[in-house]
Amino acid sequence: MDHLDGNALAGPLADYFAFDVTEARARCNGCGEVAEFARALVFASPAGTVVRCSSCDHVLATLVEAGERAWLGLSGVSALEVRRA
Amino acid sequence: MSFVTRGFGGGSRDRDDRLPPGQTLVQDFPVLSAGPTPEVDTGEWEFRIITEAGTHRWSWDEFNALPSEDIATDIHCVTHWSKLGTSWRGVSLDTLFENVESQFDYVMARSYGGYTTNVPLDELLDGQAWVATEFDGEPLDPEHGGPARLLVPHLYFWKSAKWVRSLVMMPRDDPGFWEQNGYHLHGDPWQEERYW
Amino acid sequence: MIGRPSVPRSGWHAAVVVSSTAETRTAARLELEIEGWPGNAAGQHLDVRLTAPDGYTATRSYSIASSGPATGDATRVVLAVDRVPGGEVSPYLVDVARAGDRLEVHGPLGAFFVWQPAADAAEAAGVADAAGSADAAADPDAAEAATAADAAGAPAARPVQLIAGGSGVVPLAAMAQAHGDAGDATPFRMLYSVRSPADLFFAAELQRLVAAPAPFRLDLVYTRATPEGWPVGPGRLTRDALEAAVFAASETPRVFVCGSTGFVERVASWLIELGHDARDIRTERFGGT
Repeated sequence: MDHLDGNALAGPLADYFAFDVTEARARCNGCGEVAEFARALVFASPAGTVVRCSSCDHVLATLVEAGERAWLGLSGVSALEVRRA
Repeated sequence: MSFVTRGFGGGSRDRDDRLPPGQTLVQDFPVLSAGPTPEVDTGEWEFRIITEAGTHRWSWDEFNALPSEDIATDIHCVTHWSKLGTSWRGVSLDTLFENVESQFDYVMARSYGGYTTNVPLDELLDGQAWVATEFDGEPLDPEHGGPARLLVPHLYFWKSAKWVRSLVMMPRDDPGFWEQNGYHLHGDPWQEERYW
Repeated sequence: MIGRPSVPRSGWHAAVVVSSTAETRTAARLELEIEGWPGNAAGQHLDVRLTAPDGYTATRSYSIASSGPATGDATRVVLAVDRVPGGEVSPYLVDVARAGDRLEVHGPLGAFFVWQPAADAAEAAGVADAAGSADAAADPDAAEAATAADAAGAPAARPVQLIAGGSGVVPLAAMAQAHGDAGDATPFRMLYSVRSPADLFFAAELQRLVAAPAPFRLDLVYTRATPEGWPVGPGRLTRDALEAAVFAASETPRVFVCGSTGFVERVASWLIELGHDARDIRTERFGGT
Protein backbone atom coordinates (compact mmCIF):
# COMPACT_ATOMS: atom_id res chain seq x y z
CA MET A 1 0.00 0.00 0.00
CA ASP A 2 1.31 3.41 -0.95
CA HIS A 3 1.88 5.77 1.91
CA LEU A 4 1.41 9.51 1.88
CA ASP A 5 3.33 12.07 3.87
CA GLY A 6 2.53 14.39 6.72
CA ASN A 7 1.29 17.14 4.39
CA ALA A 8 -1.89 15.09 4.13
CA LEU A 9 -2.51 15.59 7.87
CA ALA A 10 -2.99 19.34 7.58
CA GLY A 11 -6.74 19.03 7.06
CA PRO A 12 -7.57 16.34 9.62
CA LEU A 13 -5.39 17.94 12.31
CA ALA A 14 -6.63 21.47 11.65
CA ASP A 15 -9.81 20.36 13.43
CA TYR A 16 -7.86 19.73 16.67
CA PHE A 17 -4.96 22.16 16.74
CA ALA A 18 -4.85 25.94 16.71
CA PHE A 19 -1.69 25.91 14.56
CA ASP A 20 -0.52 24.07 11.46
CA VAL A 21 0.96 20.86 12.83
CA THR A 22 2.52 19.79 9.53
CA GLU A 23 5.12 22.53 9.80
CA ALA A 24 5.83 21.78 13.48
CA ARG A 25 8.83 19.65 14.30
CA ALA A 26 8.42 16.52 16.41
CA ARG A 27 10.96 14.32 18.11
CA CYS A 28 10.67 10.58 17.52
CA ASN A 29 10.74 8.42 20.66
CA GLY A 30 12.15 5.57 18.61
CA CYS A 31 15.32 7.06 17.13
CA GLY A 32 15.48 10.65 18.35
CA GLU A 33 15.08 12.15 14.88
CA VAL A 34 13.64 15.67 14.93
CA ALA A 35 11.70 16.57 11.79
CA GLU A 36 8.66 18.46 10.61
CA PHE A 37 5.44 16.42 10.75
CA ALA A 38 5.11 16.99 7.00
CA ARG A 39 8.18 14.77 6.50
CA ALA A 40 6.65 11.80 8.33
CA LEU A 41 5.18 8.83 6.49
CA VAL A 42 1.43 8.56 6.64
CA PHE A 43 -0.49 5.29 6.28
CA ALA A 44 -4.12 6.18 5.86
CA SER A 45 -6.86 3.59 5.95
CA PRO A 46 -10.53 3.66 6.83
CA ALA A 47 -9.58 2.23 10.24
CA GLY A 48 -7.40 5.20 11.05
CA THR A 49 -4.30 7.11 10.14
CA VAL A 50 -0.89 5.99 11.33
CA VAL A 51 2.02 8.43 11.21
CA ARG A 52 5.49 6.92 11.17
CA CYS A 53 8.98 8.38 11.52
CA SER A 54 10.62 8.65 8.10
CA SER A 55 13.96 7.61 9.62
CA CYS A 56 13.02 4.52 11.65
CA ASP A 57 9.36 3.62 10.87
CA HIS A 58 8.45 3.99 14.57
CA VAL A 59 4.80 4.99 15.08
CA LEU A 60 4.71 8.69 15.95
CA ALA A 61 1.00 9.33 16.03
CA THR A 62 -2.41 7.86 15.27
CA LEU A 63 -5.72 9.42 14.42
CA VAL A 64 -8.98 7.49 14.64
CA GLU A 65 -12.15 9.32 13.67
CA ALA A 66 -15.66 8.02 14.28
CA GLY A 67 -18.55 10.38 13.77
CA GLU A 68 -18.72 12.76 16.70
CA ARG A 69 -15.57 11.37 18.33
CA ALA A 70 -11.91 11.20 17.44
CA TRP A 71 -8.83 9.79 19.14
CA LEU A 72 -5.50 11.44 18.62
CA GLY A 73 -2.53 9.35 19.80
CA LEU A 74 0.93 10.85 20.11
CA SER A 75 2.64 7.95 21.85
CA GLY A 76 5.75 8.07 19.65
CA VAL A 77 6.39 11.79 19.96
CA SER A 78 8.46 12.90 22.94
CA ALA A 79 7.79 16.56 22.18
CA LEU A 80 6.26 18.78 19.54
CA GLU A 81 7.82 22.17 18.79
CA VAL A 82 5.02 24.72 18.84
CA ARG A 83 5.56 28.09 17.22
CA ARG A 84 4.42 31.01 19.31
CA ALA A 85 3.55 33.84 16.95
CA MET B 1 -22.28 22.88 7.79
CA SER B 2 -23.07 19.92 5.61
CA PHE B 3 -25.05 19.55 2.42
CA VAL B 4 -25.62 16.94 -0.25
CA THR B 5 -23.55 17.31 -3.40
CA ARG B 6 -25.60 16.92 -6.59
CA GLY B 7 -24.64 13.87 -8.60
CA PHE B 8 -22.50 12.22 -5.92
CA GLY B 9 -23.88 8.76 -5.14
CA GLY B 10 -21.02 7.48 -3.03
CA GLY B 11 -21.01 4.07 -4.72
CA SER B 12 -23.28 1.09 -4.18
CA ARG B 13 -23.70 -0.28 -0.68
CA ASP B 14 -25.76 -3.47 -0.58
CA ARG B 15 -27.63 -4.74 2.50
CA ASP B 16 -27.82 -8.35 3.69
CA ASP B 17 -29.61 -9.91 6.69
CA ARG B 18 -26.55 -11.98 7.60
CA LEU B 19 -24.63 -8.81 8.30
CA PRO B 20 -24.00 -7.54 11.83
CA PRO B 21 -25.42 -4.08 12.54
CA GLY B 22 -23.79 -1.23 10.64
CA GLN B 23 -22.01 -3.53 8.19
CA THR B 24 -22.05 -3.52 4.38
CA LEU B 25 -21.35 -6.42 2.05
CA VAL B 26 -18.26 -6.34 -0.17
CA GLN B 27 -17.07 -8.77 -2.82
CA ASP B 28 -13.42 -7.74 -2.89
CA PHE B 29 -11.03 -7.92 0.03
CA PRO B 30 -10.00 -4.42 1.12
CA VAL B 31 -6.53 -4.13 2.59
CA LEU B 32 -6.07 -2.07 5.75
CA SER B 33 -2.54 -1.32 6.76
CA ALA B 34 -1.00 0.56 9.65
CA GLY B 35 2.45 0.47 8.10
CA PRO B 36 4.72 -1.01 5.48
CA THR B 37 4.06 -4.64 4.53
CA PRO B 38 6.75 -6.77 6.20
CA GLU B 39 8.48 -9.18 3.84
CA VAL B 40 8.89 -12.30 5.96
CA ASP B 41 10.93 -15.12 4.49
CA THR B 42 9.51 -18.50 5.50
CA GLY B 43 13.09 -19.70 6.05
CA GLU B 44 13.37 -17.23 8.90
CA TRP B 45 9.74 -17.24 9.97
CA GLU B 46 8.98 -18.54 13.42
CA PHE B 47 5.80 -18.80 15.45
CA ARG B 48 5.99 -18.60 19.22
CA ILE B 49 3.71 -18.92 22.21
CA ILE B 50 5.29 -17.21 25.19
CA THR B 51 4.14 -17.94 28.74
CA GLU B 52 5.42 -17.13 32.20
CA ALA B 53 7.13 -20.53 32.10
CA GLY B 54 8.88 -20.30 28.75
CA THR B 55 8.58 -20.19 24.97
CA HIS B 56 7.10 -22.71 22.58
CA ARG B 57 8.50 -22.33 19.03
CA TRP B 58 7.61 -23.65 15.60
CA SER B 59 9.69 -23.16 12.46
CA TRP B 60 7.83 -22.91 9.14
CA ASP B 61 8.41 -26.61 8.46
CA GLU B 62 7.39 -27.65 11.96
CA PHE B 63 4.30 -25.46 11.72
CA ASN B 64 3.28 -26.97 8.40
CA ALA B 65 3.66 -30.48 9.83
CA LEU B 66 0.86 -29.73 12.32
CA PRO B 67 -2.66 -30.88 11.46
CA SER B 68 -4.47 -28.10 9.61
CA GLU B 69 -8.09 -27.62 8.66
CA ASP B 70 -10.30 -25.77 6.19
CA ILE B 71 -12.24 -22.85 7.62
CA ALA B 72 -15.31 -21.32 5.97
CA THR B 73 -16.37 -18.15 7.72
CA ASP B 74 -17.73 -14.64 7.42
CA ILE B 75 -15.40 -11.79 8.28
CA HIS B 76 -16.38 -8.37 9.60
CA CYS B 77 -14.13 -5.34 9.44
CA VAL B 78 -14.70 -2.45 11.86
CA THR B 79 -14.60 -0.11 8.86
CA HIS B 80 -18.12 -1.35 8.07
CA TRP B 81 -17.44 -4.00 5.44
CA SER B 82 -18.20 -7.69 5.75
CA LYS B 83 -17.30 -10.52 3.44
CA LEU B 84 -19.37 -13.70 3.60
CA GLY B 85 -18.24 -17.29 3.12
CA THR B 86 -14.50 -16.74 2.93
CA SER B 87 -12.32 -19.87 2.85
CA TRP B 88 -9.08 -20.31 4.69
CA ARG B 89 -6.72 -23.06 5.75
CA GLY B 90 -4.81 -22.97 8.99
CA VAL B 91 -3.87 -24.56 12.28
CA SER B 92 -6.39 -24.37 15.11
CA LEU B 93 -5.20 -22.61 18.24
CA ASP B 94 -6.52 -25.66 20.13
CA THR B 95 -3.71 -27.59 18.43
CA LEU B 96 -1.11 -24.92 19.15
CA PHE B 97 -2.10 -24.59 22.81
CA GLU B 98 -2.28 -28.38 23.39
CA ASN B 99 0.92 -28.49 25.45
CA VAL B 100 0.91 -24.93 26.70
CA GLU B 101 0.34 -24.27 30.40
CA SER B 102 -0.29 -20.77 31.73
CA GLN B 103 -1.95 -19.17 34.73
CA PHE B 104 -2.80 -16.14 32.61
CA ASP B 105 -6.13 -15.54 30.90
CA TYR B 106 -5.21 -13.00 28.24
CA VAL B 107 -3.17 -13.04 25.05
CA MET B 108 -1.31 -10.34 23.20
CA ALA B 109 -0.77 -11.22 19.55
CA ARG B 110 2.45 -9.69 18.23
CA SER B 111 3.29 -9.37 14.56
CA TYR B 112 6.28 -8.90 12.33
CA GLY B 113 6.33 -5.14 11.78
CA GLY B 114 5.33 -4.35 15.36
CA TYR B 115 1.52 -4.60 15.28
CA THR B 116 -0.20 -5.90 18.42
CA THR B 117 -3.75 -6.85 19.37
CA ASN B 118 -5.22 -8.32 22.57
CA VAL B 119 -7.70 -11.22 22.86
CA PRO B 120 -8.89 -13.20 25.92
CA LEU B 121 -7.56 -16.77 25.77
CA ASP B 122 -11.03 -18.32 26.07
CA GLU B 123 -12.01 -16.56 22.84
CA LEU B 124 -9.14 -18.22 20.98
CA LEU B 125 -9.86 -21.82 22.00
CA ASP B 126 -12.71 -24.32 21.28
CA GLY B 127 -12.58 -23.90 17.53
CA GLN B 128 -12.83 -20.12 17.56
CA ALA B 129 -9.43 -19.17 16.16
CA TRP B 130 -6.64 -20.28 13.84
CA VAL B 131 -3.25 -19.29 12.50
CA ALA B 132 -4.05 -19.24 8.79
CA THR B 133 -1.56 -19.72 5.99
CA GLU B 134 -3.91 -20.03 2.99
CA PHE B 135 -6.76 -17.96 1.62
CA ASP B 136 -8.98 -19.25 -1.22
CA GLY B 137 -6.67 -22.21 -1.77
CA GLU B 138 -3.57 -20.07 -2.26
CA PRO B 139 -0.73 -19.23 0.09
CA LEU B 140 -1.63 -16.07 1.98
CA ASP B 141 -0.01 -13.15 0.18
CA PRO B 142 1.94 -10.57 2.21
CA GLU B 143 -0.71 -7.85 1.69
CA HIS B 144 -3.25 -10.06 3.45
CA GLY B 145 -0.92 -11.06 6.23
CA GLY B 146 1.22 -13.84 4.75
CA PRO B 147 3.03 -16.01 5.45
CA ALA B 148 0.64 -16.44 8.41
CA ARG B 149 -2.05 -14.43 10.16
CA LEU B 150 -4.25 -14.90 13.15
CA LEU B 151 -7.88 -15.63 12.24
CA VAL B 152 -10.48 -14.82 14.94
CA PRO B 153 -13.55 -14.37 12.75
CA HIS B 154 -16.12 -13.87 15.53
CA LEU B 155 -14.40 -10.58 16.46
CA TYR B 156 -13.80 -7.54 14.26
CA PHE B 157 -11.09 -8.29 11.76
CA TRP B 158 -8.40 -6.03 13.31
CA LYS B 159 -8.11 -8.79 15.94
CA SER B 160 -7.03 -11.21 13.18
CA ALA B 161 -3.46 -9.93 13.28
CA LYS B 162 -1.62 -10.03 9.97
CA TRP B 163 1.99 -11.34 9.93
CA VAL B 164 1.47 -12.89 13.36
CA ARG B 165 4.70 -13.89 15.05
CA SER B 166 3.90 -14.67 18.64
CA LEU B 167 1.14 -15.00 21.19
CA VAL B 168 2.21 -13.70 24.58
CA MET B 169 0.24 -14.75 27.67
CA MET B 170 -0.52 -11.86 30.03
CA PRO B 171 -2.27 -11.52 33.39
CA ARG B 172 -4.42 -8.52 32.39
CA ASP B 173 -6.29 -7.59 29.24
CA ASP B 174 -3.77 -4.94 28.17
CA PRO B 175 -4.72 -3.05 25.00
CA GLY B 176 -2.98 -3.72 21.68
CA PHE B 177 -2.15 -1.15 18.99
CA TRP B 178 -5.60 -0.04 17.83
CA GLU B 179 -7.11 -0.73 21.25
CA GLN B 180 -4.74 1.86 22.75
CA ASN B 181 -5.76 4.37 20.14
CA GLY B 182 -9.55 4.38 20.28
CA TYR B 183 -10.78 0.90 19.36
CA HIS B 184 -12.72 -1.39 21.68
CA LEU B 185 -10.86 -3.75 23.97
CA HIS B 186 -13.05 -6.69 22.92
CA GLY B 187 -14.52 -5.99 19.46
CA ASP B 188 -17.66 -8.13 19.03
CA PRO B 189 -19.31 -7.12 15.73
CA TRP B 190 -22.78 -8.30 16.83
CA GLN B 191 -22.58 -5.95 19.82
CA GLU B 192 -21.02 -3.23 17.65
CA GLU B 193 -18.05 -2.96 19.99
CA ARG B 194 -16.15 -0.64 17.69
CA TYR B 195 -14.64 2.04 19.94
CA TRP B 196 -13.98 2.75 23.63
CA MET C 1 10.44 32.45 16.12
CA ILE C 2 9.18 35.99 15.90
CA GLY C 3 7.83 37.56 12.76
CA ARG C 4 7.50 34.27 11.00
CA PRO C 5 5.27 34.55 7.94
CA SER C 6 2.01 32.80 8.44
CA VAL C 7 -0.55 31.33 6.14
CA PRO C 8 -4.24 32.17 6.45
CA ARG C 9 -6.25 30.32 9.08
CA SER C 10 -8.09 27.29 7.70
CA GLY C 11 -11.76 26.54 8.01
CA TRP C 12 -14.69 24.83 6.31
CA HIS C 13 -16.25 26.77 3.47
CA ALA C 14 -19.04 26.38 0.95
CA ALA C 15 -17.71 26.47 -2.61
CA VAL C 16 -19.58 26.86 -5.87
CA VAL C 17 -18.18 25.51 -9.12
CA VAL C 18 -17.83 28.44 -11.51
CA SER C 19 -16.42 26.51 -14.44
CA SER C 20 -14.99 23.12 -15.35
CA THR C 21 -12.80 22.78 -18.42
CA ALA C 22 -10.59 20.01 -19.79
CA GLU C 23 -7.01 20.50 -18.59
CA THR C 24 -5.46 17.34 -20.05
CA ARG C 25 -7.07 14.23 -21.53
CA THR C 26 -7.64 12.89 -18.01
CA ALA C 27 -7.86 16.04 -15.91
CA ALA C 28 -10.17 19.00 -15.43
CA ARG C 29 -9.51 22.54 -14.31
CA LEU C 30 -12.15 23.61 -11.81
CA GLU C 31 -12.67 27.19 -10.87
CA LEU C 32 -14.40 27.57 -7.52
CA GLU C 33 -15.94 30.54 -5.85
CA ILE C 34 -15.46 30.13 -2.11
CA GLU C 35 -17.37 32.14 0.41
CA GLY C 36 -15.16 33.55 3.16
CA TRP C 37 -11.95 32.10 1.71
CA PRO C 38 -9.09 33.85 3.51
CA GLY C 39 -6.68 33.59 0.58
CA ASN C 40 -3.86 31.08 0.29
CA ALA C 41 -0.13 30.81 -0.28
CA ALA C 42 1.29 29.04 -3.34
CA GLY C 43 1.66 25.32 -2.67
CA GLN C 44 -1.16 24.95 -0.15
CA HIS C 45 -3.94 22.43 -0.59
CA LEU C 46 -7.55 22.06 0.41
CA ASP C 47 -9.74 19.10 1.30
CA VAL C 48 -12.91 18.55 -0.71
CA ARG C 49 -15.81 16.80 1.05
CA LEU C 50 -18.66 15.29 -0.94
CA THR C 51 -21.87 14.15 0.76
CA ALA C 52 -24.26 11.61 -0.78
CA PRO C 53 -28.04 11.75 -0.21
CA ASP C 54 -27.78 8.95 2.40
CA GLY C 55 -25.26 10.95 4.41
CA TYR C 56 -22.18 9.08 3.22
CA THR C 57 -19.21 11.40 2.85
CA ALA C 58 -15.87 11.20 1.08
CA THR C 59 -12.98 13.62 1.62
CA ARG C 60 -9.83 14.04 -0.48
CA SER C 61 -6.98 16.54 -0.64
CA TYR C 62 -6.23 18.59 -3.76
CA SER C 63 -3.43 21.06 -4.35
CA ILE C 64 -4.50 24.57 -5.19
CA ALA C 65 -3.26 25.85 -8.55
CA SER C 66 -3.81 29.48 -7.64
CA SER C 67 -2.62 31.71 -4.82
CA GLY C 68 -3.25 35.15 -3.46
CA PRO C 69 -5.12 37.04 -0.77
CA ALA C 70 -8.85 37.02 -0.21
CA THR C 71 -10.68 39.15 -2.73
CA GLY C 72 -13.90 39.86 -0.94
CA ASP C 73 -17.00 37.83 -0.12
CA ALA C 74 -16.35 35.00 -2.59
CA THR C 75 -12.79 34.38 -3.68
CA ARG C 76 -11.87 32.47 -6.83
CA VAL C 77 -9.67 29.38 -6.35
CA VAL C 78 -8.43 27.10 -9.12
CA LEU C 79 -7.96 23.33 -8.83
CA ALA C 80 -6.62 20.97 -11.45
CA VAL C 81 -7.78 17.43 -10.75
CA ASP C 82 -6.56 14.28 -12.47
CA ARG C 83 -9.03 11.40 -12.73
CA VAL C 84 -7.82 8.38 -10.75
CA PRO C 85 -9.48 5.31 -12.32
CA GLY C 86 -11.68 3.58 -9.76
CA GLY C 87 -11.40 6.57 -7.46
CA GLU C 88 -14.27 7.95 -5.47
CA VAL C 89 -13.88 11.72 -5.56
CA SER C 90 -11.68 12.55 -8.56
CA PRO C 91 -14.01 10.97 -11.18
CA TYR C 92 -16.82 13.03 -9.69
CA LEU C 93 -14.81 16.25 -9.85
CA VAL C 94 -13.52 15.58 -13.38
CA ASP C 95 -16.60 14.09 -15.04
CA VAL C 96 -19.68 15.14 -13.09
CA ALA C 97 -19.13 18.48 -11.37
CA ARG C 98 -20.35 21.41 -13.43
CA ALA C 99 -20.98 25.12 -13.02
CA GLY C 100 -23.35 25.82 -10.14
CA ASP C 101 -22.61 22.66 -8.14
CA ARG C 102 -21.80 23.12 -4.49
CA LEU C 103 -18.96 21.42 -2.64
CA GLU C 104 -17.57 21.71 0.86
CA VAL C 105 -13.92 22.64 1.10
CA HIS C 106 -11.57 22.79 4.09
CA GLY C 107 -8.61 25.05 3.80
CA PRO C 108 -6.24 26.55 3.02
CA LEU C 109 -4.08 23.74 4.43
CA GLY C 110 -0.40 23.12 5.03
CA ALA C 111 2.38 25.58 5.81
CA PHE C 112 5.26 23.25 4.95
CA PHE C 113 5.01 22.81 1.17
CA VAL C 114 4.69 26.51 0.49
CA TRP C 115 6.60 29.20 -1.36
CA GLN C 116 5.89 32.91 -0.99
CA PRO C 117 7.54 35.78 -2.83
CA ALA C 118 9.61 37.97 -0.50
CA ALA C 119 7.24 40.94 -0.52
CA ASP C 120 4.14 38.79 0.03
CA ALA C 121 5.76 36.87 2.85
CA ALA C 122 6.41 40.06 4.77
CA GLU C 123 2.95 41.32 4.05
CA ALA C 124 1.33 38.04 5.04
CA ALA C 125 3.02 38.26 8.42
CA GLY C 126 1.65 41.77 8.86
CA VAL C 127 -1.83 40.78 7.72
CA ALA C 128 -1.90 37.83 10.08
CA ASP C 129 -1.05 40.13 12.97
CA ALA C 130 -3.69 42.66 12.04
CA ALA C 131 -6.27 39.99 11.31
CA GLY C 132 -6.86 39.04 14.87
CA SER C 133 -3.97 37.27 16.51
CA ALA C 134 -3.91 38.36 20.13
CA ASP C 135 -0.43 39.61 19.41
CA ALA C 136 -1.65 42.60 17.40
CA ALA C 137 0.81 44.78 19.31
CA ALA C 138 3.54 43.56 17.00
CA ASP C 139 4.48 46.46 14.81
CA PRO C 140 6.27 45.00 11.83
CA ASP C 141 9.15 47.39 11.33
CA ALA C 142 11.62 46.96 8.51
CA ALA C 143 13.81 44.55 10.41
CA GLU C 144 10.96 42.24 11.28
CA ALA C 145 9.68 42.30 7.75
CA ALA C 146 13.13 41.32 6.54
CA THR C 147 13.23 38.46 9.03
CA ALA C 148 9.85 37.35 7.79
CA ALA C 149 10.99 37.40 4.19
CA ASP C 150 14.05 35.42 5.18
CA ALA C 151 12.09 32.81 7.03
CA ALA C 152 9.80 32.45 4.03
CA GLY C 153 12.92 31.33 2.26
CA ALA C 154 12.66 33.80 -0.56
CA PRO C 155 15.95 35.66 -0.45
CA ALA C 156 17.04 36.22 -4.04
CA ALA C 157 20.39 34.57 -3.38
CA ARG C 158 18.99 31.04 -2.98
CA PRO C 159 17.49 29.61 -6.14
CA VAL C 160 14.35 27.49 -6.11
CA GLN C 161 14.09 24.18 -7.93
CA LEU C 162 10.67 22.68 -8.60
CA ILE C 163 10.46 19.01 -9.60
CA ALA C 164 7.10 17.65 -10.73
CA GLY C 165 5.84 14.20 -11.64
CA GLY C 166 2.54 14.19 -13.56
CA SER C 167 -0.28 15.99 -11.77
CA GLY C 168 2.20 16.75 -8.97
CA VAL C 169 2.89 19.87 -11.00
CA VAL C 170 -0.20 21.62 -9.61
CA PRO C 171 1.23 23.14 -6.38
CA LEU C 172 4.54 23.82 -8.15
CA ALA C 173 2.77 25.65 -10.98
CA ALA C 174 1.12 27.79 -8.30
CA MET C 175 4.59 28.64 -6.92
CA ALA C 176 5.93 29.44 -10.40
CA GLN C 177 2.89 31.60 -11.09
CA ALA C 178 3.27 33.47 -7.79
CA HIS C 179 6.94 34.02 -8.60
CA GLY C 180 6.09 35.35 -12.06
CA ASP C 181 3.21 37.51 -10.85
CA ALA C 182 5.42 39.10 -8.20
CA GLY C 183 8.26 39.68 -10.65
CA ASP C 184 10.40 38.03 -7.97
CA ALA C 185 14.15 37.98 -8.68
CA THR C 186 14.77 34.52 -7.20
CA PRO C 187 16.09 32.19 -9.91
CA PHE C 188 13.45 29.51 -10.49
CA ARG C 189 13.62 26.27 -12.43
CA MET C 190 11.02 23.58 -12.98
CA LEU C 191 11.77 20.02 -14.03
CA TYR C 192 8.50 18.45 -15.10
CA SER C 193 8.16 14.76 -15.93
CA VAL C 194 5.00 14.04 -17.91
CA ARG C 195 3.68 11.18 -20.03
CA SER C 196 3.01 13.04 -23.28
CA PRO C 197 2.22 16.51 -24.63
CA ALA C 198 -1.48 15.75 -24.18
CA ASP C 199 -0.89 15.22 -20.46
CA LEU C 200 0.74 18.58 -19.79
CA PHE C 201 -0.96 20.70 -17.14
CA PHE C 202 -0.83 24.49 -17.55
CA ALA C 203 1.02 24.23 -20.88
CA ALA C 204 0.20 27.80 -21.95
CA GLU C 205 0.75 29.32 -18.50
CA LEU C 206 4.15 27.69 -18.09
CA GLN C 207 5.28 28.90 -21.53
CA ARG C 208 4.19 32.43 -20.60
CA LEU C 209 6.22 32.21 -17.39
CA VAL C 210 9.30 31.18 -19.37
CA ALA C 211 8.94 34.38 -21.40
CA ALA C 212 8.11 36.61 -18.40
CA PRO C 213 10.71 38.84 -16.70
CA ALA C 214 11.00 36.78 -13.49
CA PRO C 215 13.82 34.26 -14.04
CA PHE C 216 12.15 30.90 -14.78
CA ARG C 217 13.44 27.93 -16.75
CA LEU C 218 11.29 24.94 -17.68
CA ASP C 219 12.73 21.48 -18.43
CA LEU C 220 10.31 18.86 -19.67
CA VAL C 221 10.86 15.11 -19.63
CA TYR C 222 8.37 13.04 -21.67
CA THR C 223 8.03 9.47 -20.44
CA ARG C 224 5.72 7.93 -23.09
CA ALA C 225 5.49 10.22 -26.14
CA THR C 226 7.29 13.41 -27.14
CA PRO C 227 6.23 16.30 -29.36
CA GLU C 228 7.44 16.11 -32.95
CA GLY C 229 11.08 17.04 -33.40
CA TRP C 230 11.87 16.63 -29.66
CA PRO C 231 15.64 16.08 -29.32
CA VAL C 232 15.38 12.89 -27.23
CA GLY C 233 13.04 9.91 -27.27
CA PRO C 234 10.49 9.27 -24.51
CA GLY C 235 11.74 7.65 -21.33
CA ARG C 236 11.58 7.76 -17.56
CA LEU C 237 13.43 10.51 -15.74
CA THR C 238 16.97 9.34 -14.96
CA ARG C 239 19.44 10.54 -12.38
CA ASP C 240 21.66 11.91 -15.15
CA ALA C 241 18.81 13.86 -16.72
CA LEU C 242 17.86 15.20 -13.31
CA GLU C 243 21.44 16.24 -12.57
CA ALA C 244 21.68 18.02 -15.93
CA ALA C 245 18.45 19.98 -15.38
CA VAL C 246 18.45 21.02 -11.73
CA PHE C 247 20.44 23.66 -9.86
CA ALA C 248 23.65 22.08 -8.56
CA ALA C 249 23.93 21.34 -4.85
CA SER C 250 26.71 23.94 -4.69
CA GLU C 251 24.12 26.63 -5.50
CA THR C 252 22.18 25.50 -2.39
CA PRO C 253 18.75 25.64 -4.00
CA ARG C 254 15.58 25.09 -2.04
CA VAL C 255 13.92 22.12 -3.72
CA PHE C 256 10.21 21.28 -3.88
CA VAL C 257 9.27 17.83 -5.20
CA CYS C 258 5.70 16.68 -5.82
CA GLY C 259 4.40 13.54 -7.49
CA SER C 260 3.50 9.93 -6.76
CA THR C 261 5.16 8.25 -3.79
CA GLY C 262 7.50 6.33 -6.10
CA PHE C 263 8.49 9.45 -8.05
CA VAL C 264 9.08 11.53 -4.94
CA GLU C 265 11.19 8.90 -3.21
CA ARG C 266 13.29 8.23 -6.33
CA VAL C 267 13.93 11.92 -6.93
CA ALA C 268 14.63 12.70 -3.26
CA SER C 269 17.19 9.89 -3.01
CA TRP C 270 18.93 11.11 -6.20
CA LEU C 271 19.06 14.64 -4.83
CA ILE C 272 20.69 13.38 -1.62
CA GLU C 273 23.21 11.39 -3.69
CA LEU C 274 23.95 14.55 -5.67
CA GLY C 275 24.86 16.34 -2.46
CA HIS C 276 21.70 18.29 -1.67
CA ASP C 277 20.99 18.74 2.03
CA ALA C 278 17.91 16.77 3.07
CA ARG C 279 16.66 19.80 4.98
CA ASP C 280 16.55 21.81 1.75
CA ILE C 281 14.30 19.26 0.04
CA ARG C 282 10.58 19.54 0.69
CA THR C 283 8.38 16.82 -0.72
CA GLU C 284 4.70 16.16 -1.13
CA ARG C 285 3.33 12.80 -2.22
CA PHE C 286 -0.11 12.60 -3.75
CA GLY C 287 -2.39 9.66 -3.35
CA GLY C 288 -5.89 11.09 -3.44
CA THR C 289 -8.51 9.16 -5.34
